[in-house]
Amino acid sequence: MKLIFHIWRQRDRGSPGRMVRYEKDGLNPDMSMLEALDVLNEDLTIKGEDPVVFEHDCREGICGSCGFMINGVAHGPLLKTTVCQLTLRHFENGQELYLEPWRAKAFPILRDLMVDRSAFDRIIASGGYISTPTGSAPDGNVIPISKEAAERAMDAAACIGCGACVAACPNASASLFTGAKISHLGLLPQGQPERASRALRMVARMNEEGFGQCTNIGECEAVCPKGIRLEVISRMNHDFLKASWAARQPATD
Amino acid sequence: MQLTETIETTRLWRPGSLSLAANAPSGPIERAWDKARFEMKLVSPANKRKHEIIVVGSGLAGASAAATLAELGYNVKCFCFQDSPRRAHSIAAQGGINAAKNYHNDGDSVYRLFYDTVKGGDFRSREANVYRLAQISVHIIDQCVAQGVPFAREYGGTLANRSFGGAQVSRTFYARGQTGQQLLLGAYQALERQVDAGRVKMFPRTEMLDLVVVDGKARGIVTRDLVSGAIESQAADAVVLATGGYGNVYFLSTNAKGSNCTAIWRAYKRGAAFANPCFTQIHPTCIPVSGHYQSKLTLMSESLRNDGRIWVPLNKGDKRAPNEIPEAERDYYLERRYPSFGNLVPRDVASRNAKAVCDEGRGVGEHGLGVYLDFADAIARLGRGVIEERYGNLFEMYQRITGENPYQTPMRIYPAIHYTMGGLWVDYQLMSTIPGLFVIGEANFSDHGANRLGASALMQGLSDGYFILPYTIGNYLAAHKFEKIDTLNEEFRAAQDAVAERTSRLLQTRGTRTVDSFHRELGKLVWDFCGMSRNAGGLEHAIGKIRELREEYWREVKVPGAAKEINQSLEKAGRVADFFELAELMCIDALHREESCGAHFREEHATADGEALRDDARFSYVAAWQYNGGDPPLLNQEPLSFEYVHPSQRSYK
Repeated sequence: MKLIFHIWRQRDRGSPGRMVRYEKDGLNPDMSMLEALDVLNEDLTIKGEDPVVFEHDCREGICGSCGFMINGVAHGPLLKTTVCQLTLRHFENGQELYLEPWRAKAFPILRDLMVDRSAFDRIIASGGYISTPTGSAPDGNVIPISKEAAERAMDAAACIGCGACVAACPNASASLFTGAKISHLGLLPQGQPERASRALRMVARMNEEGFGQCTNIGECEAVCPKGIRLEVISRMNHDFLKASWAARQPATD
Repeated sequence: MQLTETIETTRLWRPGSLSLAANAPSGPIERAWDKARFEMKLVSPANKRKHEIIVVGSGLAGASAAATLAELGYNVKCFCFQDSPRRAHSIAAQGGINAAKNYHNDGDSVYRLFYDTVKGGDFRSREANVYRLAQISVHIIDQCVAQGVPFAREYGGTLANRSFGGAQVSRTFYARGQTGQQLLLGAYQALERQVDAGRVKMFPRTEMLDLVVVDGKARGIVTRDLVSGAIESQAADAVVLATGGYGNVYFLSTNAKGSNCTAIWRAYKRGAAFANPCFTQIHPTCIPVSGHYQSKLTLMSESLRNDGRIWVPLNKGDKRAPNEIPEAERDYYLERRYPSFGNLVPRDVASRNAKAVCDEGRGVGEHGLGVYLDFADAIARLGRGVIEERYGNLFEMYQRITGENPYQTPMRIYPAIHYTMGGLWVDYQLMSTIPGLFVIGEANFSDHGANRLGASALMQGLSDGYFILPYTIGNYLAAHKFEKIDTLNEEFRAAQDAVAERTSRLLQTRGTRTVDSFHRELGKLVWDFCGMSRNAGGLEHAIGKIRELREEYWREVKVPGAAKEINQSLEKAGRVADFFELAELMCIDALHREESCGAHFREEHATADGEALRDDARFSYVAAWQYNGGDPPLLNQEPLSFEYVHPSQRSYK
């Protein structure tokens, strides 16, 4: 099959970028989107041009490395599917596809379709953990956890940190990502001692990184390849508000 | 145990003179680790902060080690080539993690896990290490639960378990089909906590390209910043490699695209012995290759074999759709050959049999490299609902990739490279033959012998990182004096110059073929001749071909772009150059080991009915290879003795 790609090419952070058109014939509908780019890159290499830079690693939808916009939709048209598992059979022969990087102030472009998502690591570092030094743990069955709580925590913990939520959000908010971690840990008994400080610190960090605010639009949930629910944002807001009230000094007026 | 033969000098290898002592404590095996810990020298808390430690890799082993070392008070620098430590390939492990908790009261114990692992490894692992692994397994679960890993639970709130291949007890802990992801996120979060505390400095998008040895000790690494292209040096008092396995030598594997052997291969070339490189594991249930453009293979959980029946057409070249082939014209070859284990034979046996029927021309799918995994009987027996509940997410993934509905038509599966048991040789302290160079996780060779059991890789990575290395590295640091070292000194500059020279050579070759085209060709060679089954003629042939192709690589490779920029082709080119050299050593190791054991199947060494035939008298040893410049590598042996689990022939008939 044949596809017409329009791909964002940008040499580095400081250089201007532009869309470049590539026509590629002889593609196979069983290929993944990334395999199609591999084939395109082989051609470009032989022609002596620079291959398209895009991020990828596991190619089975779990590492969270890959992701770009396809015709304006983060990870493309198939629900709950990252671009590495998106096969070409979901496109028409001869279709035009516009591939662009995640766009957000907090995700500066490094090259072509590759962006810097290290802000996510800094959000986790600001409290997305339970402080348990190695060796200090009691027996695993000492703390019973209901099946339901474990399942709901797992739903939130399934986040792969790909950044699609930020890219899809008109405000470039990282609330789904941050809320997912706050919910995962906040739903478990082990996560309670640090629950308030975690919410305060992680939300503050998220704001400092330059992500926008959540205005309940829901684009993030729609594109999330792991089906993380908007509910995690409500939990984050709940924990944040409760912790903010508790942290307030007694009124002085 | 005494070895019955001395090593001969051949065209391809020569005898080495390393004395490889594991240095496991003497006395009863149950007390060995306690005894070792008591005998270790300690570094006082005030002195820990004076030591710098480099950890390369941020998967289960690397992240858990870096976090724990920082908790203890050491200064840690942690490196990964991905954009974040959370993306290391441990994240893709599906099934689970073993631990001898005996929560199910079904007769499990530390001793049984030890026994199963030694036997599963076909008696090519070191007993003392495996026993320690089984002992530590229970603490790993505790640690991970405390970190908030959302393991599956029973309704009463206790931890759930499931059973897994190679064991008769239920000892596998899991978090849906994403156990590796959840364990890695636990370790990653512990690591980020230390980053926040200022005790770990993280270097993402940074690749180690050489090891620096000063006065016989590992004292640093040379790295390339994958964004700026800058080549830099980092010094430390000890270096830990946690860089995973080398399955990508085959090009097509279940590994992530970036997984590579460069860190351990550079260490090998600086003097670290490489153990059992030919022990590579092939997983029987992967989605088959669909075309020449294929970039990687996707694993389907082994649990599918619990309900699926494996078959191929009875007759060669039968191209009918599977549903049109009548029962009498199907060959359920595993059930036929192994009536007592049937479709549940271990990984190596299932994989070899699939290859055999495809080699006979009875394989299915467009390219004839596949066998059916059929759920029709299970659906008829249990109903579609039960099958959906058990395997729904896997069926969905299969359909997403292949476009076929496995509820209606049988899945097609084929074996794929999945894990490498071989790796850098380490002693009981997890230290390589270079003092101060420690190797943990899949990157070392230690615990799985010639075949790894399911759900044991996660266990080993975390055991090494959380509970073993943090002690043993202290013992090393306390026993040595460390002069302050400057990365401007002679050894660092020489290593840095060598890396820069190699990089520019790759860029300046400006040949006619892409890196991937070479990698595919190399992978096919290794897969055909050093894959699921091997023979002397094939291995000799492959060694010759690999050398020819490597020579062509350095003459004809085309790497676009420049050194001082993001250049993914250049990254790949360096890794593939190392795969070429490792591939040759794998073939040499496979050629020298004239027996079949675990995943290493030599066609000349099989029983009358085609099963693996070990030769304990000649090969009950670890083969540790040493780099010898341009000359054939040196073969050293660490004899293995089995005082607790006595070697026997495995049988699944």
